[in-house]
Amino acid sequence: MILSTSLNSTSYSFFDKLKAVDYFLIIIVAIIGSMSVFSIYSTENGNFSFYTKNHLTRFLIFFSMFLVLSFVRVSFWYRQAYIFYILGILLLLLVIFFGISASGSKRWLNFFIMNLQPSELMKIAIIVCFARYYHRIQSSDIQSYKYLLQPIILLLIPCYLVITQPDLGTAILIAGSGLVVIWLAGLNLKYFIYSGLILLVSLPFVISILKPYQKSRILTFFNPDRDPLGAGYQIIQSKIAIGSGGLIGKGFLQGTQSYLEFLPEKHTDFIFTLFSEEFGFLGSIVLILFYALLIYRIIRIGSSSRSFFAKLYCFGFASALFLYIFVNIAMVVGLLPIVGAPLPIMSYGGSSMLSIMLGLSIVMSCKIYSRDPIGN
Amino acid sequence: MIKKTDNLNKNKIISRRLFILVAAKIGLLGIVTSRLYNLQISEKQKYEVLSDKNRIREWKTPPQRGIITDYFNNVIADNRRVYQVHLSLEEVSNFNNSIFKLKNIINLKEDEIKKIYENKEKSKPWDTLIISENLSWNEFSKLNLYLHELEGAKPVLSTSRHYPYSNDLVHVIGYVGDATTKDIQNKKKIEENFVPGLKVGKIGIENSKDTDLIGNHGTKRYEVNASGKKISEISYNKETQGENLRTTIDLEIQQLAQELLKKKAGSICVMDIYTGEVITMASSPTYDPNKFTHGISTKDWNEIKNNKLRPLLNKSLAGLYSPGSTIKPLVALAALEYGIIDQKFKVNCKGHDHPYELYGERYHCWKKNGHGIMSMRNAIKQSCDIYFYEVARLLGVDKLSLIAKRYGLGSKVLEDFFSEEKKGIVPSTKWKKQVLEQSWYLGETVITGIGQGYIQTTPLQLCLMTAQLANGGYKIKPNLIYDKEIDLDKIKSKIESEKNKSVSKNILKDHKFKHYERLYRNPNNLKLVLDAMYGSTNEQFGTSFRSRHKEDKYKFAGKTGTSQVKRITDQDRELDLELEEIEYKSRDHALFVAFAPYDKPRYALSVLIEHGGSGSKAAAPLANKLIKKILDRHELREKIREDLKKFA
Repeated sequence: MILSTSLNSTSYSFFDKLKAVDYFLIIIVAIIGSMSVFSIYSTENGNFSFYTKNHLTRFLIFFSMFLVLSFVRVSFWYRQAYIFYILGILLLLLVIFFGISASGSKRWLNFFIMNLQPSELMKIAIIVCFARYYHRIQSSDIQSYKYLLQPIILLLIPCYLVITQPDLGTAILIAGSGLVVIWLAGLNLKYFIYSGLILLVSLPFVISILKPYQKSRILTFFNPDRDPLGAGYQIIQSKIAIGSGGLIGKGFLQGTQSYLEFLPEKHTDFIFTLFSEEFGFLGSIVLILFYALLIYRIIRIGSSSRSFFAKLYCFGFASALFLYIFVNIAMVVGLLPIVGAPLPIMSYGGSSMLSIMLGLSIVMSCKIYSRDPIGN
Repeated sequence: MIKKTDNLNKNKIISRRLFILVAAKIGLLGIVTSRLYNLQISEKQKYEVLSDKNRIREWKTPPQRGIITDYFNNVIADNRRVYQVHLSLEEVSNFNNSIFKLKNIINLKEDEIKKIYENKEKSKPWDTLIISENLSWNEFSKLNLYLHELEGAKPVLSTSRHYPYSNDLVHVIGYVGDATTKDIQNKKKIEENFVPGLKVGKIGIENSKDTDLIGNHGTKRYEVNASGKKISEISYNKETQGENLRTTIDLEIQQLAQELLKKKAGSICVMDIYTGEVITMASSPTYDPNKFTHGISTKDWNEIKNNKLRPLLNKSLAGLYSPGSTIKPLVALAALEYGIIDQKFKVNCKGHDHPYELYGERYHCWKKNGHGIMSMRNAIKQSCDIYFYEVARLLGVDKLSLIAKRYGLGSKVLEDFFSEEKKGIVPSTKWKKQVLEQSWYLGETVITGIGQGYIQTTPLQLCLMTAQLANGGYKIKPNLIYDKEIDLDKIKSKIESEKNKSVSKNILKDHKFKHYERLYRNPNNLKLVLDAMYGSTNEQFGTSFRSRHKEDKYKFAGKTGTSQVKRITDQDRELDLELEEIEYKSRDHALFVAFAPYDKPRYALSVLIEHGGSGSKAAAPLANKLIKKILDRHELREKIREDLKKFA
């Protein structure tokens, strides 16, 4: 029945489509993208070499991809939602057998042109999948056990696969993205409260099955000075870098903490730290404002969409995006344990960039084809 | 219809829930922003400091020790250029391998390698290790040749302590060595300026004046990266050299004294009788302080340590000897001052057949056939023991002790300047009660009168005693480092004013006196004693008559002393062995004290030869040569004194 959805699609002229494009969104993405290129350039102490080149290339390719894919009809994503999800699961399974290991975890698949991290794609796939799932369900049915169990299973499978890689951070983000959609779809608040309580009760058990390094990270979060040269090193150095940035920062390419290599993972998870050290409190606020604008634009697109799928997707994606950004920044300023979550667009990393751009292109597609009545 | 209302319903839910989400997001954003505000605005300074601590690392550069000169500005301790090889640990990939290569090039010995490994354990990964402190030019050039193969090795031109007159001054200057934990704990200055490889004074002036000599270390600040590699120099606070010191020593006289003591164990001290300047403080045998700078080898150390003549002992101030007859002038003076006897007091010395007897105990004079009837002047001149047995008995040990202490015996001459200085023993009845918990015997008083028994003095004390007799009986302040506060003219005028002061009542009870205060009651008593010493050297039958100078300008007065190491038995007396026939360890110590020139005294000296035999044969002849040199250099010394005063 789902597959036989009638597509009495509206026809759009090319001009209409161009008119419908949210240029403001594109500009914001371009601005954050350029900021990211400069930041990566700074991680290489102002040398235009490996990381900067790679990052710039990826940004340009995926940004173009975003623009092109924006013109894919939103109904396509609706139709392929489950396929997208299954594809994601398949790729995660492939990681188990053919994955590339790095620093103790197996997360990547070698696709010759790039190493793909399927868990990153899963972050988008789960939103698309749930948006479609809840698109058709009547609000009265949502609370039923059947419709409660199904999404939970759909959510647990990728989370489990990702946790075992192991990659706690991405698993949390996938779970968070999924839960946000479930929440938006209208699942009763009590379930969230219940599951929250269950999680709290089972916390000791969860901790006991965590890997030693994960445990140490959590313990370190509560007391970074526990092991200042080991597990606490990253967070201490990150706080020093950010704190010493002050109001206006040390200046572009002047961040001593990153330049002198005190900062770990400065290309990826700690890119915000570098940015904040060099551009200070004001710079950080500006960057956060751009992100806020981006999220605002996405929510606006969702609000003006007619279809439930588009709404769920846009709101879900916007919230997920917020979650990524929040987790990353909260992590580097020492508000959350270090779990390994990249900052969208800013962080070096192809898969993350790919999934964000893909997610954005679906948003844009929702905008361009906002009049498409999906699946009704 | 249902669908439509349901859609409306769904839209309502989603809007409401979105609203809650957005509110939550704004809240979370607020938290993140306030955290950023907290880190970057409120606690900025704290993190700035931490960031600087991260990126800036300090390297301390060693200070240079101050230069030590003698009174005439001859350098007696300076810093010499040395060739060293350092190893920068952060550049070394395989430490064992590097050491092996270095070992082949610069001939490292096993114990040196052991020390290097020990030091490495104590170092931080970015530290520089000193592999060898003192390379020969050959080794150094060879090292430079192979440098490309030696990762992390750095040929370094450095400076190290050097003593140009090596052995001659070791007992005055001392030597330096690596700072130990104890050194660092004991001296704040060392702690503040400590750098790895810092040399500190171990003994002598180097030790007591360390705080002045050491200087201040420099600080090089480098920006470093996380692995400690230097990126750039930020600042260089240059190290400063320690203060230069001028000693009161006359290098030439010191050298002559050491020459005279060669192959003997002994001491020679020379002092200015007014200023208290120690002009010479020789002790023999000596050793080379340069060997200690870079750590002495076990072989050299054992050689010094096992030498029977004890080179490590600074005999001038840490060697304790019975003063023997050199104390007789003081005994005579004490008896006169207390009015026990007058100078006409006579004692008959009848030789070994009729010794001095007290409670059945017999006391002999050194002269077998006796001196005959002795007056005081003659008794000092010919050093008659019988006379002084009797004088001592009449005087009592406590009065003698008081006068002896007053003239400088029984306390440290240079106060705490040298840690090894001994105060010796000036016995008294009270002393014996306290220390030995026994009563005093009169027989002990009798032998104290000839400087035997419990009494123990250092050669420097004897020199000071002589000086304070020779200057007319005034307390002086002995010193080894030139001090512009000690001014000859001022001292002389101070003494002049003291001379005319009426005698204080307690002159016979006090033994604590201020510097340059008069120590005597009646100047005539002192004059008699000094005149007797003149006789001892310049008149026939005087004990040091053979060592006299005939020329007027070199004429000096002195007193010999022969201090017994063990009790002389009747059998010994019977045998009357020649010096060479007695076992070295049992031979008497030879002593001589003197002042010169006689008519206008200025310098006092003491000579001690361990197991040298009699004072008149072994010690007095050295004084003859010494005094000539001292007086020849007097003009020069006075000229320097004037110059120093002018420039001050």
